[in-house]
Amino acid sequence: MEKIKVGIIGPGNIGTDLMYKVMGSQNLEMKTMTGIVESEGIKRAAALGFHTSIEGVLAVAQDKEIGIVFDATSASAHMKHAPVLKEAGKIVFDMTPAAVGPFVIPCVNLDHLTELNTDNYNMVTCGGQATIPIAYAINRVADCEYTEIVACISSKSAGPGTRANIDEFTQTTAKALKTVGGAERSKAIIVLNPADPPLMMSNTIYAIVNHPDEKAIVDAVNQIVAEVQAYVPGYSLRVPPIVDGNKVTVIVQVEGAGDFLPKYSGNLDIINAAAVAGAERVAAKLLEGGNNHVLR
Amino acid sequence: MSLDKNRKIHIVDTTLRDGSHAVSHSFTTEQVTAVSSGLDKAGVDIIEISHGDGLAGSSINYGFNKMPEMELIKTASRSIKNAKLAVLLLPGVGTIEDLQEAHENGAQMVRVATHVTEADIAIQHLQAAQKLGMVPVGFLMLTHMAPPEKILEQAKIFVEAGATYVNLADSAGYMTPEDVRARVSLLVEHLPIPVGFHAHNNLSLAVANSLAAVECGADYIDVTCRGLGAGAGNTQAEVMAGVLKRLGYSTGLDFYDYMDLAENVVEPMMQRPQIIKSASLMLGYAGVYSSFLLHTYRAAEKFKLNPRDILVELGNRGMVGGQEDMIIDVAHALARQGAVR
Repeated sequence: MEKIKVGIIGPGNIGTDLMYKVMGSQNLEMKTMTGIVESEGIKRAAALGFHTSIEGVLAVAQDKEIGIVFDATSASAHMKHAPVLKEAGKIVFDMTPAAVGPFVIPCVNLDHLTELNTDNYNMVTCGGQATIPIAYAINRVADCEYTEIVACISSKSAGPGTRANIDEFTQTTAKALKTVGGAERSKAIIVLNPADPPLMMSNTIYAIVNHPDEKAIVDAVNQIVAEVQAYVPGYSLRVPPIVDGNKVTVIVQVEGAGDFLPKYSGNLDIINAAAVAGAERVAAKLLEGGNNHVLR
Repeated sequence: MSLDKNRKIHIVDTTLRDGSHAVSHSFTTEQVTAVSSGLDKAGVDIIEISHGDGLAGSSINYGFNKMPEMELIKTASRSIKNAKLAVLLLPGVGTIEDLQEAHENGAQMVRVATHVTEADIAIQHLQAAQKLGMVPVGFLMLTHMAPPEKILEQAKIFVEAGATYVNLADSAGYMTPEDVRARVSLLVEHLPIPVGFHAHNNLSLAVANSLAAVECGADYIDVTCRGLGAGAGNTQAEVMAGVLKRLGYSTGLDFYDYMDLAENVVEPMMQRPQIIKSASLMLGYAGVYSSFLLHTYRAAEKFKLNPRDILVELGNRGMVGGQEDMIIDVAHALARQGAVR
């Protein structure tokens, strides 16, 4: 069966876990792992028989066979990669907070964005992937005036990029809670917890709503949780909606799939799983010939 | 650092920040004017003002500010002449944008607070503070949860990032004077910058612990009028002023002015007496973040539980500062267990 070939830029934890997820995918075929220095991640990809390079973005941009690219570098690097990849006609899943393209939360707006022939999908943040589906579901039936989320991740799964710019997390997540989640106003909080053994990622979603119809909210939340579970099996409802006056509280947990990263790294797992789910859908469309954007 | 008894002990009054927890973030501009001008007159070196959970802490999770935080900061800045105006910032809650706004409203110093093992998330904020021309301070919370050597390693990250002093907080009011001495002494010995200490009174040891810190070389001590603060409150300012005065430490404080301010101005603002009730005792005993207290009372009422059981479970789970949402998680789980039984 024909598959769409994939390149990954950035052979770190995220890039390596993406590689394993692509290996298990239906419509995607792992081809190239590229970085800027010889590293563990490059060696690991080579050992699995994939093409590797230390030429960075060029190794995937210049390869006509590659249709979809995951950029798992940094926001500043992606700002430079994005025009090169666009020029080369690649469809990009941007794992960084660069937000060159629109935010995508697969169960909320992926279909809409693929219809628009989007060529650069921004994956928001791990906390965004975990909370925006719930925020969106509540807003759809109850109209959120204000949405606030608290994401707690284990210290061990907070990488150097997150640590060096934690403001980027709160600001990007808060923005996407409005633009994708539909809230009028929003706030995002992140807490790192060093407990050992590491805690599973937990996410609390609070909303102040205009129509606190408990049954509608519970049904909407249950439905969206099932939709997220379709691409993130370890996603679960820890505290079902508590409706208290016009305030709604929901807590979800994300257990990682353990593809490459440990199970407590649910934060890294969910953003990768969302990106691969998005890429799968785009690939399926390309294979149907519904989009001649890449395979020209 | 020397242990010179003649050295100046800098008093950091955080009635308008930690005290904000105890009044559920309801301070008004009138109250801020009265307290900050009184503190300035009493000779306090540094006055801290913010939401209890730091800049932009106003939220469902931590409680909304009654009046806009920036309004309160501006008011305090206009009420003081000699003291330095500080704000607290918890990375993950507040951002550099918030810091910039606080600076525009008159804040001159920022204490950037992280969990005791997570100092590196404060680097960007400490550096941004310097660029803004603010005095950057590194602040480690829940320091009972890490051994002295780990704290030293984390404090060095603050030093690298340009912090002018490092403040250690016993956020759970868990420590005994021996715990304080072990931590403060090691830092005083090995750090090129001064050390400060922030106590909570959950085990009735706030003044004793603060004194132990001073005796081991801490140069900055956090206090609040009447002890107003999260949990059973903080080191009671006017008491600490009296203790330091009698022991001959130089603080620059007017003891009587401070007493009068606490009694005549702050006490009438208090919503409940700052005493050690069972739940705050449990905070100190189980090592739980003090600002969880009032949120725990609310959850206990809603889920018909004993606040003590919620706090013990939060302690077992190793919850850290900022995880107020997990109070609901724990209460929900305990209520469900109860229902199953």
